Amino acid sequence: MSPPIEYELRRRTFLAGAATLTASTALPWTANAKESGMQTANAEPVGPETSRISLRVNGESRTLELDNRTSLLDALREHMGLTGTKKGCDHGQCGACTVSVNGQRINSCLSLAVMHEGDEVTTIEGLGTPDDLHPMQAAFAEHDGFQCGYCTPGQICSATAVLEEIKAGVPSYVTGDLTGPIEMSDAEIRERMSGNICRCGAYSNILAAINDVAES
Amino acid sequence: MEFNRPAGQNLFDKARIVGKPHTRVDAPLKVTGTAPYAYERNDVVRSHLVGYPIGSEIAKGKITAIDAGAARKAPGVRVVITTLEIEPLGIWNYNVARLFGGNVVEHYQQAIAVVVADTFEQARAAAHLVNVTYEIDEDAEFDLDAAFARLEGTGEPSTNVGDFDAAFADAPVTLDEMYRTPSQTHAMMEPHASIVDWSDGGEMTVWTSNQMIEWNRQALATTFSIDPDTIRVESPYIGGGFGGKLWLRADAVLAALGSRATGQPVKLALPRPFMMNNTTHRSATVQRIRLGATRDGKLTAIGHEAASHTLPGGRGENATAQTPYFYAGENRRVMHHLVDMHLPEASDMRAPGEASGLMALEIAMDEMAEKLGIDPVEFRILNDTQVNPSKPSVPFSERHFVECLRRGAEKFGWADRNMTPGGRREGQWLIGHGMAGAYRGNLTLPSGARARLSDGKLIIETDMTDIGTGSYTIIAETAAETMGLSMDAVEVRLGNSAWPVSSGSGGQFGASSSTAGVYAACLALRDEIAERIGAQEAEFRDGNVVAGNTATPLSEIDGELVGEDTMTFGKFHTEEYLMATFGAHFVEVGVHIGTGETRLRRMLAVCDSGRILNPVTARSQVLGGMVMGIGAALSEHLATDTGRGFFVNHDLAGYEVAVHADIPEQEVVFLDTLDPVATPLKSKGVGELGICGVAAAIANAAYNASGVRVRDYPITLDRMIDRLPAI
Amino acid sequence: MRAFSYERANDPAHAATRAAAVSGAKFIAGGTNLLDLMKLEIETPAHLIDVSGTGLERIEETADGGLRIGAFVSNTDLAADSRVRRDYPVLTRALVAGASGQLRNKATTGGNLLQRTRCPYFYDTAQPCNKRDPGAGCGALTEGAFSRQLGIIGTSDACIATHPSDMAVAMRALDASVETVTSTGATRRISLDEFHRLPGETPEIETVLDAGEMITAVTLPAPIGGRQAYQKVRDRASYAFALVSVALVRQPDGTGRVALGGVAPKPWRRADADAELPNGAHAVMAKLLAGARPTEENAFKVALAERTLAAMLAED
Repeated sequence: MSPPIEYELRRRTFLAGAATLTASTALPWTANAKESGMQTANAEPVGPETSRISLRVNGESRTLELDNRTSLLDALREHMGLTGTKKGCDHGQCGACTVSVNGQRINSCLSLAVMHEGDEVTTIEGLGTPDDLHPMQAAFAEHDGFQCGYCTPGQICSATAVLEEIKAGVPSYVTGDLTGPIEMSDAEIRERMSGNICRCGAYSNILAAINDVAES
Repeated sequence: MEFNRPAGQNLFDKARIVGKPHTRVDAPLKVTGTAPYAYERNDVVRSHLVGYPIGSEIAKGKITAIDAGAARKAPGVRVVITTLEIEPLGIWNYNVARLFGGNVVEHYQQAIAVVVADTFEQARAAAHLVNVTYEIDEDAEFDLDAAFARLEGTGEPSTNVGDFDAAFADAPVTLDEMYRTPSQTHAMMEPHASIVDWSDGGEMTVWTSNQMIEWNRQALATTFSIDPDTIRVESPYIGGGFGGKLWLRADAVLAALGSRATGQPVKLALPRPFMMNNTTHRSATVQRIRLGATRDGKLTAIGHEAASHTLPGGRGENATAQTPYFYAGENRRVMHHLVDMHLPEASDMRAPGEASGLMALEIAMDEMAEKLGIDPVEFRILNDTQVNPSKPSVPFSERHFVECLRRGAEKFGWADRNMTPGGRREGQWLIGHGMAGAYRGNLTLPSGARARLSDGKLIIETDMTDIGTGSYTIIAETAAETMGLSMDAVEVRLGNSAWPVSSGSGGQFGASSSTAGVYAACLALRDEIAERIGAQEAEFRDGNVVAGNTATPLSEIDGELVGEDTMTFGKFHTEEYLMATFGAHFVEVGVHIGTGETRLRRMLAVCDSGRILNPVTARSQVLGGMVMGIGAALSEHLATDTGRGFFVNHDLAGYEVAVHADIPEQEVVFLDTLDPVATPLKSKGVGELGICGVAAAIANAAYNASGVRVRDYPITLDRMIDRLPAI
Repeated sequence: MRAFSYERANDPAHAATRAAAVSGAKFIAGGTNLLDLMKLEIETPAHLIDVSGTGLERIEETADGGLRIGAFVSNTDLAADSRVRRDYPVLTRALVAGASGQLRNKATTGGNLLQRTRCPYFYDTAQPCNKRDPGAGCGALTEGAFSRQLGIIGTSDACIATHPSDMAVAMRALDASVETVTSTGATRRISLDEFHRLPGETPEIETVLDAGEMITAVTLPAPIGGRQAYQKVRDRASYAFALVSVALVRQPDGTGRVALGGVAPKPWRRADADAELPNGAHAVMAKLLAGARPTEENAFKVALAERTLAAMLAED
């Protein structure tokens, strides 16, 4: 038996003052007082803080004057009235905001609208309507691939893209042979859909819906 | 009407619609993104402003100063309201921490200010300009283990039957182990969000995301000391709740204050990284379980002592909830310690109590079965009871737990499993099987509805909510069934305080209570229709009201007829019976021999919940519970910084709920049972049953796979890595 | 997020010059990490230079038989490139282990190297963090803190954050270099090993890049063959940061290379550890993790790294 790898546990420091201060002793503490990011402290914008952008959304040309800070997600929801795309976390951690840009799915929350000049965006509203469902939307309805419905538009936008990605041979973490064609398997679909969280836990039904569309 | 004795034969026993699979009536809206959620009510609210919340950066203490000067001067800012400028707001019955007002900080990220601006970008930026000075109160404890050690054995048991100590001492086979479950967060996909119009300080309209419309209205009235009749609450679509949206929370309160101050509607959604400390969560638990049994497997002593944390005056997470009732045994002592802690507000999350309790108890049962050398399925069957074991004069209304176990074992192929822990390997995966029992109490609450018949169209109005549970669909089914109409002839309107007060959604009471209420309203409408056509007795079928030999199409009844009623439940419910739901979970897992990662390979749930109103939506509820159970077993854990008193991993990257790749093949079986004691529809809840026991089944399977017994959740690889077999 | 002005650059050297000249300027390409941090005001640029249109999204073969990967090749395009899949499979495997399909479509090669730590104390602006706020203290090293995910080696008393990239771990195993253009228009080449700095007393300085300097490409030397594998260990099965990850290149004679992710402030590899590969996982880790200083909560990463590598070696 070889000797264990030697390491030394790092010691914890006590909270400032905690060891010496007694109950309910005042410890004034001003938070948020410091600037973060060294090189950016106190810098000011050097140009306009808004921009005019033109893009196509669901086949329609749109031109908007937007605060540079506006995410593509908020541009859709707050400035174009397209609230089908959802804000679940606003930090790229849930997938509810998934839309297609120039044929690729992205998290619209982590993208500035101003960086989409001339882009083609497709949202859930561009796939189908209640009276004329896209096959993926119909499959989600048929297989009960949702419960609360909030992650659903993102799941559906992702699902349509996943089928294209598999066909295009984009590999995933579960792809076996990286040099051959990729099989349309449950494992491939599950792995590729993992950027879309469904807290209601409709995953099995979503898988059934995607398989249904994949097979037809 | 009052439901005051068990239901006899009724129309639901010959149902055409109820109990049959129906896709959701709201599916076309949800799959197209056209169902409007709270923050999206552009259809009813125009020219609103946007609010952004600011939370406390300490867990306990006082705010001595808030400097909002820079924020107030920032572009687009209409108002900044700080907690120091507002008298402490009222606190409604089930809220614990104050939602706003005053200088006291009770928990991390408690709301202490709101910025209202023309746009979201402006409000968010200005919020970062607010500087707050605190006086920290260091007299705060955040260590539940230490608290349990201090409190163990003190206080009065909640159940004390027979002589536990003597029975445990005498038992030939005993188990005495400690178990721990972590704090968990609901993490529903839609953040708490509200638009509030309180522009003139008179009528208040609240478009929100809330499970309980009437509670929300009452809570708003108490919070702002206003007449509840001046408040209207709407919540037709809710992006998940799981108990996290049972309560009025800061989103609506801050939006209301902002609206009042600016004279315009204000919308506000809680930012995701803020939610997990600002809103409620399921408390961690520390549990000691002691079991004593005879050598042939009869439990003689059951001891369960647990602790959970809460803000002073709150409810915590009573992990002993099931222990007085689930298994037979003549001697038992059950006790729950509520430990005051200035962590964020602990409150209800899906199956509060049982979800955490069964995570421990069902491991303990597995361990005891192993000590006895009895199959864990058989051990549970041996200790089944048809009466409340803590009060044997009270029977269960219906209990088919044994059938759940037997059906599940057969369907899963339980008999074929490897019984030697660590004894089956496929490549680098150790394969194991585990099972657990499921128990969740069944509640009903009074529930009202209005049924309008107009030009052959039936409209149901109730303040009931659909949080993804399928309320729209099962209510339409109930109404169509009762009125003899087709599903297309029914429109269901939910989630509006203008409509009769319902049970709301929570505690798995929503489906059975609200459909009973809709049934009562439809019966009232039937009386109106019968009276209109001058009939003493009438039947309703195929779109007609039939009296004697005359069938009158409902579409030919002129004008509008309205029936309204509330179903209430008589005392027999709770006094003469114990009502609960039951299940059994069977799972197969793989534990990676190198890394200790545990992954699910297949899952089966068998459920006994009385009549299943719609197998499509009920199945989805159970599947969802199983998914949440996977998270609870393997990854979900609000990590507590016990120095500073807050949940550290407070976003959806740090708090890992199950994703698609975690989910194996899942199967759900519903026993064909009825519970006439429950409601006229003979149905019970199912949405919370689905999570109960799942995590323990996974824990037991992980043990069977690896030979490593883990009693602290989540069962992450670091709890196994030093005990795994050689690669 | 603070207000900022915005410009599009179409030339890398010009972008670098502008970035050095404008106070508070930052480059943005995919934006998947920068915008995340800007929303929390952890990053507060006053001016953004959009470099996504600077023509750096091609993968080209180099004269010595390697690949030159443009800085703004997306993670998806890089993972899917047929030459990468064939000749550098460890890189494809690492890329697709990271983030989600949506994020990989936006995230770029250069941005991936520059992404910042996921330490929760860095992310919570109410907590002390020396990286975010030099001199404030390290929240993760105080009594009662949660440090399970954090670093065990290469860390300091000021900071125990890890670099979260998967891609960079594979690139480190492949001996990748980073090409940059500086504010004066000069170019330079930095080995990936030297690209990230250890925290020491200045955890806020994470790379050797100068003000305005921009990554233009990552180059890979000629393919080295061997069996290549990347294993990422995490609590849930996907869409999660690594507890530990291992990039392995193993030649038929048993020699090879090992790099670790999830344990250090940079992709972690040592030549003396590589040399131990024929002697097994324990021998490798005894060198690779020598001097590790974990906390009580993350000490498991030592055993985990060894067992993970051992399992990978056992698969051959």
